[in-house]
Amino acid sequence: MITLTHFLVLGAILFSIGVAGIFLNRKNVILLLMAIELMLLAVNMNFVAFSHYLDDLAGQVFVFFILTVSAAEAAIGLAILVVLYRNRRTINVQDLETLRG
Amino acid sequence: MESLNADVLMALPEVFMLAAASVVLLIGLYTGRASETLAYVLSLAALITTAVLVYSTSASSESFAFGGMYLNDPLAQAIKLFACVTVAAVLMYARPYLQQRARISAEFYALGLFATLGTLVMASAHNFVLIYLGLELLSLCLYALVAFVRDSRDASEAAIKYFVLGAIASGMLLYGMSIMYGLTGSLDLAGINAYLAQSGANRIALVFALAFIVVGLAFKFGAVPFHMWVPDVYQGAPTAITLFIATMPKLAAFVMAIRLLNYGLQELLADWQQMLMVLTVLSVVFGNVIAIAQTNIKRMLAYSAISHIGFILLGILPGTDFGYAAALFYTVIYVLMAAGTFGVLILLGDREREMDRLVDLKGLAKTSPWFALIMMVLMFSMAGVPLTVGFYAKLYVLQSLVYDGWLSVAVLAVVMSVVGAFYYLRVVKYMYFDEADDVFQVQPSGLAQAVLSVNGLLVVALFIFPNALLNYCVQVLG
Repeated sequence: MITLTHFLVLGAILFSIGVAGIFLNRKNVILLLMAIELMLLAVNMNFVAFSHYLDDLAGQVFVFFILTVSAAEAAIGLAILVVLYRNRRTINVQDLETLRG
Repeated sequence: MESLNADVLMALPEVFMLAAASVVLLIGLYTGRASETLAYVLSLAALITTAVLVYSTSASSESFAFGGMYLNDPLAQAIKLFACVTVAAVLMYARPYLQQRARISAEFYALGLFATLGTLVMASAHNFVLIYLGLELLSLCLYALVAFVRDSRDASEAAIKYFVLGAIASGMLLYGMSIMYGLTGSLDLAGINAYLAQSGANRIALVFALAFIVVGLAFKFGAVPFHMWVPDVYQGAPTAITLFIATMPKLAAFVMAIRLLNYGLQELLADWQQMLMVLTVLSVVFGNVIAIAQTNIKRMLAYSAISHIGFILLGILPGTDFGYAAALFYTVIYVLMAAGTFGVLILLGDREREMDRLVDLKGLAKTSPWFALIMMVLMFSMAGVPLTVGFYAKLYVLQSLVYDGWLSVAVLAVVMSVVGAFYYLRVVKYMYFDEADDVFQVQPSGLAQAVLSVNGLLVVALFIFPNALLNYCVQVLG
């Protein structure tokens, strides 16, 4: 029997992988975008699970909005990435160090 | 049908702003750069019309629309009015700067208007969904604006950093919201508050969710230790965009904090006070201390912004109505000061390079005495020296802290303000007591100079009549 707790633990694990991916990754900005998507999907998992067990549709409606916004977010992120690559010829996270102090 | 009409009528400012932003976007799409002036005039007209609409749909008390999702109250009204006026001033400052670099197009105005729409939505949001949508509308426009000057290496690096950290913040906020929804069974702020008031849900789980929400808020505010993006974005973005990011989003962050913490999670006051206290103390200390070490003026102002954010959060910390009013007062005054300061930097910059090193200001008092005077007033105001309104902004926040017994935090804030005075006064020293390294011409642009003069004079005028604004803030949050 799969209970709410199982879904919450899965959501927490996915969210942690997303956060860890952002902070540990030193190579590629595209991996950062994937990690961000993973965080948002973990949140969606939480909302759907809660929505089902609370028998309340509002949570599932929220998921539709999050999915739409994260698509827009990915579009803008990739657009910025293209601009970055044109200017610097690299998307290596370690090379992003002009601004510091 | 009747009720839908009434709902739409109540949200008329947002509906109008959406239509206006879309029109400006289409103009840019079909006519290219030729119609930049048209887009500019239309944007200003849209902002003024929205402000008038906000004023005319005046709600003396709370009124709800769209099934309780949309709230119109004096606070929402005040934030919307301030946001529209701020963005209008920002556009006037930014236009000559972007024109000189020959890259301005209608998209800039469209993005600015959509960002304003995001703030309007956040100001009226009474539901997690609407708060999130307004926040994302604002943030996505800001990410795009930072990368707006497409061939700038620094700007694209700043944009990607802003984007990644902003997305983490949204993720944190959403995760907190999802847990809060699961615990209380409601996305509505009033519903959450009612649930928390009547029954004891699992306290530990509530604090767990609250922590994620506060972290998300702190990221968006730029409070230490979630401030990493602030200096990079302030420094890397073109000055006109830095001006935008430094001003209007602070109003949005303030209203989001009040809605979440006061309207939704009032019952968890004792818990979020602990978290806010850590954030405020760290922000005020680190912001002021690290700012001393900066040689780039935009970066210095970024750390100064972090310390001001600390002060705004200090006003929210006691959780009293007077504290909230003091925080709103501080936010408005900070927006006024930041607009003026970055306005001076914009007007001083020329085509070849930005005026972004501190030493660039050397000898400004000789080359352009009026700008130097305004800059000096603004620096004194940021430091909180009397004869400028920055003094009252700090005073009211400290008053609200002392009334509620947060004496040690108040003393620390005062001490750190004194530390902060050092780097503000250093700017004044460079302008008045040093010789210029190289001669620079101030770009003449009538309107922006006029706005800047009004901006500088307001900082002094509000010192003489602070009660007008304070009473308004108290009444709005009463």
